[in-house]
Amino acid sequence: MSAALVIDIMLWGSVAAVGFIAFRRGPTVLTTSLREGTMDFINIVPRIALGVIGSGYIAAIIPQEIITGWLGSDSGWLGVLTATIAGAATPGGPVIGFSIGAVALKAGGGPPQVIAYVIAWALFAFQRLLLWEIPFMPARFVWFRAAVSLPFPFLAAAIAMAIGKP
Amino acid sequence: MSELPLKDPAPADDAADAEPRPGHIRKPIGWSMIVIGALVAVSATLVWRRDGIAGVTEILTRDLALFGGILPRVLAGCLLGAFIAEILPHEKVSRSLGPKSGLKGLLIGAAFGAILPGGPFTAYPVASALLAVGADFGATIAMVVSWTLIGYGRAIAWELPIMGTDFTLWRIVISLPLPVLAGALGRFVFVRIYPKGAPE
Repeated sequence: MSAALVIDIMLWGSVAAVGFIAFRRGPTVLTTSLREGTMDFINIVPRIALGVIGSGYIAAIIPQEIITGWLGSDSGWLGVLTATIAGAATPGGPVIGFSIGAVALKAGGGPPQVIAYVIAWALFAFQRLLLWEIPFMPARFVWFRAAVSLPFPFLAAAIAMAIGKP
Repeated sequence: MSELPLKDPAPADDAADAEPRPGHIRKPIGWSMIVIGALVAVSATLVWRRDGIAGVTEILTRDLALFGGILPRVLAGCLLGAFIAEILPHEKVSRSLGPKSGLKGLLIGAAFGAILPGGPFTAYPVASALLAVGADFGATIAMVVSWTLIGYGRAIAWELPIMGTDFTLWRIVISLPLPVLAGALGRFVFVRIYPKGAPE
């Protein structure tokens, strides 16, 4: 998993870089941020534990065929709409979201529909909203962002249809 | 360590840094946790009835390993968010990412989201920090959407191996305009819903 290693190095490198800037501003700035960050971490761990450990169970009871069956290349805009709803309803992490997309593509799903599915999943999968966004961010912002994101799976599908790719 | 930064020779130009983060929230267990908890309980019961106790423990061990793996990254994300909230000068952030920052603010937000390392454990604490130090909803939406759709972290780690290069690259190309559009739409809607600024 070299990609994961690169990401870890960049992540901790960024932490070290901003930590160094904080240290240059004075020890108080450094200790205050360290304390704030650690408190955030302690507060967030139970939620993440529940979400990560629980998402396996949620994913296990949703049959993937139901999601992939509706995204055929003849399904048109109804398929795009279905894909958007399916993307929002897909539980679990990136492995599940992308695997369903890949299965749909292999099983004869239309590329615009699969694009809409992946983008809808990325923008507003309900489990990510509840598990990641709400704990970290003001709830009002999260719902607002999800609401203004609604048109974009359709726009992406329209672009994909227009350019005939992928 | 004194809690009062007044005695320290703090940089004079950034007195705001010494204040507690505005808009910083630490909620106790909220309704979203209850919803997820109920969903998990129902799902685990269904798995148990279908696959027996072996099915339940198999999922549990796999997800515990996953959880252990991401914990350090969650810590890194929280620290990154906290540092950024402390060191970013509020005035400069509200100028370059605030409600009046225009298209440039949306572009900066989108670029920042695209280069931000890490997963949701980084993106959301950092976005929350930006909101707290003066970025508006539009620029923050551009950042979050850009991180989700264009950010290389998830694309390299998951999408490329699972979906293939062709699909992934075209998906990203098609997504390029979306963060700025989402941010612009966010601003457009925001000033109509909250003409007097964000409610508290």
